[in-house]
Amino acid sequence: MSLLSPKEVKLLTNPLNIDNPITTQVLGICSALAVTVKLKPAFVLAISVIAVLTIANVVVSLLRNAIPNRIRIIVQLVVIASLVILVDQVLKAYVYDISKQLSVFVGLIITNCIIMGRLEAFALGNKPWPSFLDGLGNGAGYGVILLIVAFFRELFGSGTVWDYPVFENIGLYSIGYVNNGLMILPPMALIVVGIIIWIQRHYSRELIEK
Amino acid sequence: MNTQSNSYTFIFAAVMVLIVAAILSFTAFNLQPLQEQNVKVEKYQNILASVKIESTPANAEELFNQYITGDMVLDANGNVLDGKGFDVKLKPEVDLMYEAKRLVSELGKVSADQKASIEEQLATIKTERRLPLFTCSKEDGDFIIIPVQGKGLWGPIWGFVSLEMDYNTIYGAIFAHKGETPGLGAEIDQTWFQEPFQGKKIFKADGTFVGINVYKGGFEAVGDFDHGIDGISGGTITSVGLEAMIKDCLVDYAPYFKAQMAKESSEPEEVSEPEVSEAVTNSQEI
Repeated sequence: MSLLSPKEVKLLTNPLNIDNPITTQVLGICSALAVTVKLKPAFVLAISVIAVLTIANVVVSLLRNAIPNRIRIIVQLVVIASLVILVDQVLKAYVYDISKQLSVFVGLIITNCIIMGRLEAFALGNKPWPSFLDGLGNGAGYGVILLIVAFFRELFGSGTVWDYPVFENIGLYSIGYVNNGLMILPPMALIVVGIIIWIQRHYSRELIEK
Repeated sequence: MNTQSNSYTFIFAAVMVLIVAAILSFTAFNLQPLQEQNVKVEKYQNILASVKIESTPANAEELFNQYITGDMVLDANGNVLDGKGFDVKLKPEVDLMYEAKRLVSELGKVSADQKASIEEQLATIKTERRLPLFTCSKEDGDFIIIPVQGKGLWGPIWGFVSLEMDYNTIYGAIFAHKGETPGLGAEIDQTWFQEPFQGKKIFKADGTFVGINVYKGGFEAVGDFDHGIDGISGGTITSVGLEAMIKDCLVDYAPYFKAQMAKESSEPEEVSEPEVSEAVTNSQEI
């Protein structure tokens, strides 16, 4: 007996690939540009988004029959905003170093369109358990892209991976290599995301619009 | 129940807001001591780092008590006031400083009687300022530590600058920021940026205050070896803000520094004594 039904597995795995929030739904691009200069903040932000999205999905799903239709967007916003404040407070109290690094980005989770998108599109119409899986999957799908983009931007922009000086240690600088300053700037994140979308569509042909 | 009616909507919204407010204030209230402790420990660590003492969050308080020997408050005329520098909130101080700067910039534009009132205001601000100053005593000498705060591109930047007992040579500097661009302006908290501050002078040889100059394209090209620092490519606004922060914050200490320097040079009998012991006497007098 498996823990999850095939349908539920799909809720988890689709967002990682063919239904990815960034590369397919093109949501949450803004933060993907802002925080992917280095891996560490990208990682913590990914974790925070997963937490906020999953909990918000469950909360909204539990309330789905009680939420008045006319103010549902505001209700969703309040749920997201309070969760983000909670995450921020907890980070500040228990992992102060990381919360300093993330600074404004934690607050920016509120503006992440993925969260609002999932609440509106999924949690409002589904039971808590599928909503939980959907939140987890979409958060992870977002996080994976964030980490891939951050990896390449940090590697070529700063010559490091997770602050470990890779290029220095393999002696690339001594033969005249110079870090690509353009990788640090937001436009390169857009280009890296573009390349990821290109590669993804090369392998998943069904994503290509007719 | 009709979840679409007006009254239901109002009640739902009101109850939701109350619950959320309760949860948030409960968490904030409970986590506040932990957060304040973190901020305090960070300040200990920053102060220690500016005199090159490495600390961990666990031992910061102990090391702070061990090495930081003096903690005082000055006004901008160089007088020593009562109180602890550690407790001074920098934000209102910096606001006062900007207010003073604005008044100074107005001086040139106004008529003579307005000028007098503005000068009066400036004088009041000078006596109202509360400038924290720490003294540190460790194996390789005594130092003074000054907190600085200013504006970066996205938010506040701050730091601690430590000077040798000549009140002129920078011994160490550390900077931090709230949300400068990672990889660009955020680099001000990296050692490669902070290390070159060591050995720079804040006064010219003739005694005029300079602070630190940050140069786009490198200070070596300009030849400002005493006061120059390389700016960060792509982080120009942060670099410029940092230069202004150091100038603005240190210039208010200049009267005190000059008084101390004059005191030292006017006591010829102590000249033969080693620099360090004289410094210790001074800080104890204060």
